[in-house]
Amino acid sequence: MRLAISRPSDAAERKSHYVKLVEATIVYAILFFFALLVGIPFLYMFTGSFKTNGQLFSWPVNLLAPEPTLNNYERLLSGDEIPYLQQMGNSVIIAVSQSALTLLFASMVGWGFAKYEFRGKTFLTMFLLFTFAIPFQVTLVPLFQMIVRLGLLDSFMGVILPSSVSAFGAFFMRQAMVSIPQELLDAGRIDGASEWGLFWRIGIPLSRGALSILCVLVFLTAWNDYLWPLIVLRTPEKFTYPLGLATLDGLYKVEYGMILGGAFIATLPIVLIFVAGRNQILDNLTIGAVKQ
Amino acid sequence: MFGRGRKIAPYLFISPFFIGYTIFFLYPVIQSLQLSLYRQVGLTNPPRFIGFDNYVRLVTKDALFIKALTNTTYYALGSILIIVPLALLLALILHSPKLRFREFFRFLYFTPNITAGVVVGIIFGLVFEEQYGLVNNLLLAPLGIDNVRWLREARWVMPAIILLGVWKWTGINAIYFMVGLQNIPPELKEAARVDGATRPQVFWHVTLPLLRPILAFVLTIAIIGSYNLFAEPAILVGLEGGPNNAGMTMTMYLYTRGFRELKMGYASAIGYSLAVIILVLSVIQLFLIRAFRED
Repeated sequence: MRLAISRPSDAAERKSHYVKLVEATIVYAILFFFALLVGIPFLYMFTGSFKTNGQLFSWPVNLLAPEPTLNNYERLLSGDEIPYLQQMGNSVIIAVSQSALTLLFASMVGWGFAKYEFRGKTFLTMFLLFTFAIPFQVTLVPLFQMIVRLGLLDSFMGVILPSSVSAFGAFFMRQAMVSIPQELLDAGRIDGASEWGLFWRIGIPLSRGALSILCVLVFLTAWNDYLWPLIVLRTPEKFTYPLGLATLDGLYKVEYGMILGGAFIATLPIVLIFVAGRNQILDNLTIGAVKQ
Repeated sequence: MFGRGRKIAPYLFISPFFIGYTIFFLYPVIQSLQLSLYRQVGLTNPPRFIGFDNYVRLVTKDALFIKALTNTTYYALGSILIIVPLALLLALILHSPKLRFREFFRFLYFTPNITAGVVVGIIFGLVFEEQYGLVNNLLLAPLGIDNVRWLREARWVMPAIILLGVWKWTGINAIYFMVGLQNIPPELKEAARVDGATRPQVFWHVTLPLLRPILAFVLTIAIIGSYNLFAEPAILVGLEGGPNNAGMTMTMYLYTRGFRELKMGYASAIGYSLAVIILVLSVIQLFLIRAFRED
């Protein structure tokens, strides 16, 4: 009797084990296939930067670089064709300034909304949410005219200032700061702290996590931006690196190895930043959107 | 700096942002609406009021505008139809318990999204190269398919850009869906299984309906992203959109009219048309998602 019962269940277990194995194989095959689709273009960018043009455009396609040459990097970094290192430096200056300004404005307005009751708060919140839906393309032409009038054409300020007020950042910081306990602020007030002191000594330190995520997101957007710098910047010495790469692409379409080299060294830093902070960033990508 | 004035403190905290927001966003938004009713070419020429002529011309006489609109819509539909199911599949797989290397895959799939549009455009120039490109040689040749003239033949340009979009955006959408899956209480699925539902049934009747908020979010982002598309096609096929302008998107069209030809009034009208289209699509999309909830 016991035997009769246990046998089919054993078989069922064996079968489910088998099914599981097949399932796992399919799952990892899919994941691996997509990993290849994502990874191979990156690999090809990297190895291509060590190839001559002849090696890049030849059969059969080789994903590796069997005879690597540093010639592309030497030419790119020598600055003879374009001042690429300077352009990457420009990108750093612009992205860092833009991140700092955005973080300052966003954390202040976020703090104001999170920790105070004031006249017009609801109206301003609704107003911000409503205007949030207006796409930035609408503003491009008047912004350009404003930049020209202010004499900021072809200047870093012209790139940085209009991008430093982020409604997304404001909401993001408000969400992060709203959970800071009121008792901490009351205690601080009893100890004689000023309102600015509360923000600076309690608000900022306690929302470090959110600030670092916002910082990475803003930095990344600024680092990768093409359209607005393309509109504002005019001389190669002022260009950011995407404009430099686009120039190379336009002028030396045949020198693809050099272009790939430039693309690679501009992508490496942001990938490293993300490798360092990947879990915190990936886990919090949807904070602004989903938890609102 | 702020003293003890709890009454004025909040206004001091919010004013730097709102001053900047007014100067660099609200004012241009209003200015643009006004400008769209004027004819202004160049920066110094005096603007001339022409009413709704810019809009009328866009819709009735400007074949390139209609082309850019069609292209962008083609991209939006094509990429959404591929990305959403694919991202959902990857999210379901990545969400499954006891998966190994989860963090590795999640990070790898995400990396195209943090890569600059210009860089992606440059890489995909090689991916879609006709004779020596990766797609033709590594994916299609083994299947016995002849070289596709991706970037040189008008009808293949948009499919190439859509595939680029799929490469760039599927990973991050998978991460959005993963967040949605994590927010579904496991008891709900277990209860359904206890009641005798099969796994596909659980997926269709429990998981998918509960993912609706994330789906709305993903679709909204995708619609906005489609109409923002600029750097990738500009690098891949040039600012004119390649053969027969097949890769010309709305934002590229706005750029060429506004900043190459300095047609300020006309470009403003393009900007506002874009805003209206995005608004209408987002509303339609939200209503569709609501409608699904009803049945």
